[in-house]
Amino acid sequence: MITMENVCKSYKVAKRNAGFGEACKALFHRSYEEIQALNDVSFTIHDGEMVGYIGPNGAGKSSTIKILSGILTPDSGTCIIDGRIPWKTRMEHVRQIGVVFGQRSQLWWDIPVIDSFELLKEIYSVSTLRYKNKLEELSELLQLQELLKTPTRQLSLGQRMRCEIAASLLHEPRLLFLDEPTIGLDAVSKLAVRDFIKKLNQEQKTTVILTTHDMQDIEAIAERVILIGKGKILLDGTLTDLREASAMQEESAGNSANLDQVVANLYRKMNIM
Amino acid sequence: MKKYYLFFKLRFAAGVQYRMASITALTTQLIWGLMECLVYKVIAETYGEYLPMNYTSIVAYIWLKEAFLVLFNTWNTDKDIFGMIMNGDVAYELCRPFSVYSMWFSRSVGGRISEALLRCFPVLLCAFLMPKPYKMSLPVSGGAFGLFLLTTILGMGITVAFCTLVYMLCFFTISPKGWKMVLVGAVDFLSGNIIPLPFFPASVLKIVEWLPFAYMQNVPFRIYCGDMVGEEMFLAVFKQVFWLIVLIGLGVLLWKRVENRIVVQGG
Repeated sequence: MITMENVCKSYKVAKRNAGFGEACKALFHRSYEEIQALNDVSFTIHDGEMVGYIGPNGAGKSSTIKILSGILTPDSGTCIIDGRIPWKTRMEHVRQIGVVFGQRSQLWWDIPVIDSFELLKEIYSVSTLRYKNKLEELSELLQLQELLKTPTRQLSLGQRMRCEIAASLLHEPRLLFLDEPTIGLDAVSKLAVRDFIKKLNQEQKTTVILTTHDMQDIEAIAERVILIGKGKILLDGTLTDLREASAMQEESAGNSANLDQVVANLYRKMNIM
Repeated sequence: MKKYYLFFKLRFAAGVQYRMASITALTTQLIWGLMECLVYKVIAETYGEYLPMNYTSIVAYIWLKEAFLVLFNTWNTDKDIFGMIMNGDVAYELCRPFSVYSMWFSRSVGGRISEALLRCFPVLLCAFLMPKPYKMSLPVSGGAFGLFLLTTILGMGITVAFCTLVYMLCFFTISPKGWKMVLVGAVDFLSGNIIPLPFFPASVLKIVEWLPFAYMQNVPFRIYCGDMVGEEMFLAVFKQVFWLIVLIGLGVLLWKRVENRIVVQGG
């Protein structure tokens, strides 16, 4: 179970105007601005739930994921995952979780994917038998057979992403955090990834939290949606709740509108763009 | 323990991959070493008796320096680690059930030893085959050779601990450029990589001997050629252990600070 209570996180950002003169001025005097990435965020997620975490760019989605995975320390507030505080007991915590950052790579660039997998096996001390079974299962579900022997640098984005997801699951984590896992994928890969995540949740009861900008992801996967904007939780409910909230004032955007329109409308209405 | 060994193995495999780089590096080192031998020969012939080291020792020092270059040079930092800090891929390192400090430490040790093993034997072989005045000499005694091996490991430990400290500092400055410049210039000079430390003026040497850099390559190389003996030698080993503990301690402390205020670049 994941409980997050009143979590706040702010960043200091150095800002300056464009131009050479401004750049020189910034050498001597920097002006910083405090950006409130998370402002009093609270939610509870039960075991085996599948939650879509949405919001406009810069809303605080990735920051939340990074706090949940123990990478960032919040300024205030508490977060307890299965009785552990992620940033205090980082090393024990990360054994139980799998994380995919859609825009980064955890695979070694120059060597075949399978070598990276073997390293992860050792890092998480997975027994050889369990590793073999898991690898077989994953490579069948995500169609990796052909990709495993290829060096990471020669994989396409979609192929790499499938390998990244497999890499995060080799140690059979009970929790899976996916930060934009479908970024840049083609239709086939997208469907494969979605199906896979669904199956994982249903069969292994893995708790999944997923951030995305692709509303079809949410529609296909998530039973529950948490909407965040400007660092605050604005809505926590089902897709139907989301549609209702969006359509409350404007009748034109009723049930006939597609989900992208619904969400865009909601962002505008809540003034979080 | 097995995990750390695995990092080492993987780095070794990556090091072996670049054969051409090893061959070109070998050529450079041989030419560079020979050039240095020639320069010191001129100096030795002119000022022979005033030199702080005899010529045979200088030649041995030069060849050892070339053979074990990758073990001790502080500018041989891991650009992937700097990259991870700058572009935020360090996020994944933090998702592993490991202390990032020990992970990077063993990764650096692995990288250095694997490269050194590839390079030292050809250089040493060539150095032993050189014509007379430029010929590499054997260690002064068996005991000296044993101590040479021990102090080489300690010296490399100090070098790696120092570099890992620099990685940690990079979390505060983001760009590694400034640190790299300091490393190439000052530390290279102060560690005796450009001219052996005994050639420094006595007053300067007194200060240099208070710094950790004097305990990297200076100690093992001078023990090998018999320039550092007796009490000075044992004191140097003691100071090596001291600096190793201090630098690792500082790095771990700094990492604790970094861990609490880490910012992942690039969202």
